[in-house]
Amino acid sequence: MNHLTIQELRQLLITKQISSVELTRATLQRIREADAKVQSYVTVTDELALEQAKRADERIAKNENVTPLTGIPFAMKDCISTRGVRTTCSSKILESYIPQYDATVTNKLNDAGAVLVGKTNMDEFGMGSSTENSAFPATKNPWDLTRVPGGSSGGSAAALSANLATFAIGEDTGGSVRQPASFCGVTGIKPTYGRVSRYGLISLVSSFDSIGPFARDAYDCATVLEHIAGHDEKDSTTYQSPVPNYTSTINKPVKGMKLGIPKEYFVAGMDAGVESAIQEAIRQYEKLGMEIHEVSLPHTKYGLPVYYLLLFAEASSNLARFDGTRFGLSVSENAKDAIDIYLQTRRAGFGDEVKRRMMLGAYALSAGYYDAYYLKAQKVRTLLRRDFESAFASCDVLLAPISPTTAFKIGEKTDDPLEMYLSDIYTVATNPAGVPALALPCGFSKDMPVGLQLIGKHLDEATLFQVGHAYQQVTDWHKKLPPL
Amino acid sequence: MTQTIDTQTVKHIANLVRLGISEEEAQTFSGQFSSIIDYFNLLNEADTENVPPASDLANAENVLREDEVKPSMSREEFLKNAPNSEGGYVKVLTVLEGQ
Amino acid sequence: MKLTYEPVIGLEIHGELLTNSKMFCSCSADYASAPEPNVNICPVCTGLPGALPVANKKATELAALVGLALNCSINKHNTFARKNYFYPDLPKGYQISQYELPIAERGWMDVTSPLTPLLLGEGLGAREQLRVRVRRVHIEEDTAKLSHEKNYALVDFNRAGVPLLEIVSEPDMRTVEAALDYTTKIRAILRYLGVNSGDMEKGVLRFEANVSVRPVGSEELRTRTEIKNLNSFRALTRAAQYEIERQIKIYEAGGEVIQETLGWDDARGVTTSQRSKEDAHDYRYFPEPDLPPLKLSDAWIDSIRKRLPELPEAKTSRFISDFGLTPSEARFLTSELSLANYFEAVLSKSKSSAKAVHSWIAGELMRTLNESNLSIDELTLSPESFAKLIDMTTNKIISGNSAKVVFNEMVKAGGDPEQIVKEKNLAQVSDENLIQEIVTKILDDNPSEIEKYHAGKETLLQWFVGQAARATKGKADPALTKELMLKGLEERRK
Repeated sequence: MNHLTIQELRQLLITKQISSVELTRATLQRIREADAKVQSYVTVTDELALEQAKRADERIAKNENVTPLTGIPFAMKDCISTRGVRTTCSSKILESYIPQYDATVTNKLNDAGAVLVGKTNMDEFGMGSSTENSAFPATKNPWDLTRVPGGSSGGSAAALSANLATFAIGEDTGGSVRQPASFCGVTGIKPTYGRVSRYGLISLVSSFDSIGPFARDAYDCATVLEHIAGHDEKDSTTYQSPVPNYTSTINKPVKGMKLGIPKEYFVAGMDAGVESAIQEAIRQYEKLGMEIHEVSLPHTKYGLPVYYLLLFAEASSNLARFDGTRFGLSVSENAKDAIDIYLQTRRAGFGDEVKRRMMLGAYALSAGYYDAYYLKAQKVRTLLRRDFESAFASCDVLLAPISPTTAFKIGEKTDDPLEMYLSDIYTVATNPAGVPALALPCGFSKDMPVGLQLIGKHLDEATLFQVGHAYQQVTDWHKKLPPL
Repeated sequence: MTQTIDTQTVKHIANLVRLGISEEEAQTFSGQFSSIIDYFNLLNEADTENVPPASDLANAENVLREDEVKPSMSREEFLKNAPNSEGGYVKVLTVLEGQ
Repeated sequence: MKLTYEPVIGLEIHGELLTNSKMFCSCSADYASAPEPNVNICPVCTGLPGALPVANKKATELAALVGLALNCSINKHNTFARKNYFYPDLPKGYQISQYELPIAERGWMDVTSPLTPLLLGEGLGAREQLRVRVRRVHIEEDTAKLSHEKNYALVDFNRAGVPLLEIVSEPDMRTVEAALDYTTKIRAILRYLGVNSGDMEKGVLRFEANVSVRPVGSEELRTRTEIKNLNSFRALTRAAQYEIERQIKIYEAGGEVIQETLGWDDARGVTTSQRSKEDAHDYRYFPEPDLPPLKLSDAWIDSIRKRLPELPEAKTSRFISDFGLTPSEARFLTSELSLANYFEAVLSKSKSSAKAVHSWIAGELMRTLNESNLSIDELTLSPESFAKLIDMTTNKIISGNSAKVVFNEMVKAGGDPEQIVKEKNLAQVSDENLIQEIVTKILDDNPSEIEKYHAGKETLLQWFVGQAARATKGKADPALTKELMLKGLEERRK
């Protein structure tokens, strides 16, 4: 039953054909069997999960506060705070950090009765596209254990793909949900920036970070998002507007809707197998009666430098609080003063990629370079936003590739940071613009999954789910399981 | 323009973010940074005259909290994570002058 | 040729805002009455991973109020920024502040300064009005409190995140007196507005002085030094004075002043170098992405403006024009809002002159408050009773000496002055016949003193009057007693 959807399991749970405890035990059993190979979990919360499952069964028995997520086992990316459960960001600096409080998302899932089975591996602090930049062993792609699952939410995507959870929470700063979803053949959404509270999410880029779920299909993603989205008085950047009931509009036909194809996303450099899968998906939408339009996002080529510059800058500041005084690693041997502790702790606690990005961030913000780098990037970011605004004046949703390639080999790109950055080219522009994007499996290239993304207007996740769901009604790529 | 980030600069920015690095690391980073920064100079091509920075265009404004006191977290829990504490305080080394 | 130097002084004032909760979280801001360290804390103000700030509405209102009181323009679009640096008292590794777009900018404050730009103590001559420009007023958060032990420090986060206001002047002051007047006036305004208690001993108001010197007549701005953490007016004046003299000595010896941050060692009376020049800070300010901008409407600004009370300057002018007080009397009474209010309350109940009320307040009342270490707000003496007492002396119902006795009694135990006068039998003796009898008796009893008086020791008059006062337990009308005594002494001159 580990491969079933939330919708299917919910039926079994409320008709009492299975209990949440049974389901959770099965999931934990599957983790014990398969995760030695995939290494998607950093921490498995057996005891807590069974406790939560028991409570969920009680709720179901009394028919009290039963939500579609009650009793459903899920995995959570290890950058979201869980009170009493180690939260590491896959960094040595937080290797034994146990938060004293819950993130808003954790609270919401807890309130919905979902069952946390564990915390998943990631690129350290979200910095990476392969889950290799981790203080823990690199997570493997369930479709081919010699390949990466993508990143930075690679652990969550791999766990879901390998049926080690029914849904998984990820976080997307520049593709960190969509690219691993694509590499692992699962569905995932990066919601509009500000739609899901970041309170308790360990910040990478405050103005890009978007928490979003991975699930077996668009319908399940919609279900989870309904439960985690919404205004939060603890996060000043969340939207006030109420969260729509996404699943109630998901079956609306897409006939006559306008699908934009941004021409700048279809350029040389894409693998042939990836390109043909995407083109096939476009034809599929045509068959569904959507109008296909070519659109232009003229500033796309600036997406990558804008994204990385702002990431470096914000991250260099966001990571300053890891100083070895109040929590986390503290290296104080032979320290003469507080500064020695900072220098030693941060040297020992952060991996190379994190170090690189913090230093480059300090550079981009430092006196004399601020205008040329940080400020310039913020201005070009405005142009990226305007690109999307004008594209959406003539279409309802955009369709684009997620990655120029399928999952690459472990170790293939770790030597050249710039090359690794360049693989994010199709996903990074959405985050500076703040728009939502849904990743859907759309085929295979040389036996590895290919994904596409549907990009929507601000706060228009409903349309993304509707268009994604329509595709999944006529295709079965999302139902394929890895040969694990 | 091609910009090189020499090891001196690398050490300076490492110090700004309080990161201890060795001479060898400074050399490696110097090479990597130069190619990354060079790539970023692509932005110079974008025409941003009269374009406001996006940081001024947040999706919300005037998000303010009423001035009300809410209960605090327990000190015991807070100090549980601190590497050193004493008498309810977090204990740290001081900063020596001239650093 | 010996050059004469003039100081160039700019000031930063850091004042805590009187809010209930902290700037970016809902923990209590009242760290001063926290019973123990680290009890007013949460994930936000201790900088735990994932915690996010939410700005305090009241603090923004108070900051705007101060901006308006200092004649600033309010920035309708203002933003928070991060100031990045590492220090054990700074939990997040950055301080949330305002940088490019502070809440208020471009104001001014009129101060007085000695006319000739000479050094402290020499400027007792003519004074001039001087308009000091206020560059900006911005909101930021306070740091944690460090208690230094031998080779380590203890951190208390109760203070971390308490809202602070920073008021930055242009370098417009040319004398230490001007700097003193500027800070004194701003403190009074902050207290008038109710945004800061002004209690400098508790550290709720701190100064930072930027000092340079240049030859008189020159317009150049020379290298300045920054003296941090001056926590009293005395420290400000002494440190600025010391620094001015230090810099002049350097130039006189042909040296150069280096730009640096200095501390003030109050015990030794010297400024000390805190950070060397090579560590010139690069704070890497950038807009705080966790906080949306503040957009302030005209209507909002007007609503804040309506909350502005009558400020010290305006009140001083009114006291001079409406009550006929001298400028120095009026300035004394308006130095504190509670004092000014008390004065007006007493005056409104009294039939005596404003001058009489002022002299009672400036004299007996201030003496009593100082002796008992009370503030005017803690005084139980009602304006009504005080007014009645003043009127009784004006109407010569009791003597000045008796009035003091009554006053002390009222301050200690309260009560009605008429009642106290009756109980203590203090009503003034104004009966000329009665006083004449006493005067005659004293003169008859002291022939040798009369002889000395007639021989030229005229100061003895006071002694004779004093004898009469003693004989009447202070109740005799002193003016009448003196008149009769003088007459008796002259009559006995042969």
